[in-house]
Amino acid sequence: MNNLTRRGFLAGGVVAAGAALGAALNALGHRFGLVPPDAGGVFGPGETLAYASHRIFGRHALAREFPPSMISAKPFANEIDPPTAAFKRHQAANFATWRLTVEGLVARPQSLSIAELRAMERRSQITEVTCEEGWSYVAEWSGTPLSAVLNAAGVRPEAKYLVYYSSDPEWYESIDIDEAMHPQTLLAWGMNGGELPVPFGGPLRLRVPRQLGYKSVKFLERLVLTDDLDAFPDKGSSDLKYGYAWYAGV
Amino acid sequence: MAGRRTYRRTVPLNDTPRPVSLVRVGHLARLRVQQRARGGGHVTTATPRHALFVRLTHWLAVVAFLALLLSGLELVISHPRFYWGEVGNVNTTPLFSIPVPSSRATVPTGYKFVLPDQNGWSRYLHFEAAWLLVFTGAVYVALGLRRRHFQRNLVPSRDALSWQALRASIGEHLRLAASAFADASSYNALQRLSYLGVVFLIFPLMIVTGLALAPAFNAVCPWVVNALGGRQSARTLHFITTMVLVGFLVVHVAMIVLAGFRSRVMAMVTGKAETRS
Repeated sequence: MNNLTRRGFLAGGVVAAGAALGAALNALGHRFGLVPPDAGGVFGPGETLAYASHRIFGRHALAREFPPSMISAKPFANEIDPPTAAFKRHQAANFATWRLTVEGLVARPQSLSIAELRAMERRSQITEVTCEEGWSYVAEWSGTPLSAVLNAAGVRPEAKYLVYYSSDPEWYESIDIDEAMHPQTLLAWGMNGGELPVPFGGPLRLRVPRQLGYKSVKFLERLVLTDDLDAFPDKGSSDLKYGYAWYAGV
Repeated sequence: MAGRRTYRRTVPLNDTPRPVSLVRVGHLARLRVQQRARGGGHVTTATPRHALFVRLTHWLAVVAFLALLLSGLELVISHPRFYWGEVGNVNTTPLFSIPVPSSRATVPTGYKFVLPDQNGWSRYLHFEAAWLLVFTGAVYVALGLRRRHFQRNLVPSRDALSWQALRASIGEHLRLAASAFADASSYNALQRLSYLGVVFLIFPLMIVTGLALAPAFNAVCPWVVNALGGRQSARTLHFITTMVLVGFLVVHVAMIVLAGFRSRVMAMVTGKAETRS
């Protein structure tokens, strides 16, 4: 074997080994849910490293909770969307006919009123809203753990993601099933001891305290369980459409 | 220009002590070539200067740092207010504000216009570049320890650390004296201290304060953000540390220009320093 073919052989071996390693990592990553849906493209490696390391080291880690003394006296609502006519009608009726629907890969699709949600399991938690812009506030959120509603609906084992919709047609988001079943992921209908005010997302907001604020969708009215985000526009994340990362644990 | 030029100080011809423009660098390079062609110059020998791993990690760090700086300053625009403690928003009093327009209409800036939102790609780029910098830094520190790079090239000698020596060196730098920049084959004590400070103090602080801004990281390691004084303190420290690094960058580049831009940059590219005898 002369030098040229030996060199070619070695180079080919390195390339083949690299490709095999990459394929193995890719398969492992998908098998254990370590690859975010926006892993393609030039920013994929950074996103995958962040998502994978958070899922490896902190899949079940709890977001910080604060003492009542740290509740912000001046929270910032960040009202950005004018409510729709349908929303105004609900508001005029004090949200008596507001319903949260649960559909997709579930055994028992649900349609729940705020009163029905309040009658379920309750949880109160003092957590921080962290906006990607940089500001934050701490508030006490009261509500129904999302896991309680999902368990009532009977999530099918093949479901991997939750897509959830605001009544604002421009705001929908998606999270993985681990985040959805996390004990602090809360269907919040109360804030600081009272009803959840409309500027803060009332009557119902999904609080996802381990991710940035844009994942905490206001005016929540629809949950869809799925195993394939590609079947949804923008992988079920309206913020992805504007160039924002799908995973917002950062 | 006949014959050998004499120098009061031992400054190589291509390493002028005065501020040099790129045009002047090119002029000096041409001058040297002409001089050599006439056989009138010194003998220039290339001596090993920077190890391959130092050069590679240096330029990777440059790429990552510039990407982080560009995207980071863009992210600041969306909320150019800084707070202390756990929380802060437009309803609370900032520690300080940057007097620039914002990319969000909700931020009171005094400007009557709102800049376009660029946070999407800026955030993606920021975190990708952060990973690149962390991996580059890890390789640099690991190889630097293994090859005794820090002990050999960066830890100053005891003599150079004496109060008198340091004061003399600071004076030389402030006067922009040629002797402060003359040595192309080693670093002086001030250089060593600032490089060690950037590598082992400033960049780690940058990484830690950055991690403390990730809510999922804070769920895993709450003690980090708590030790920094809260989320907003971490953000403010992240910004202040950035300004320290920008200050380092400005001085670093200014010193390279003063010492001879072409020769110093080429040394970091080729690994060889040109010394004249």
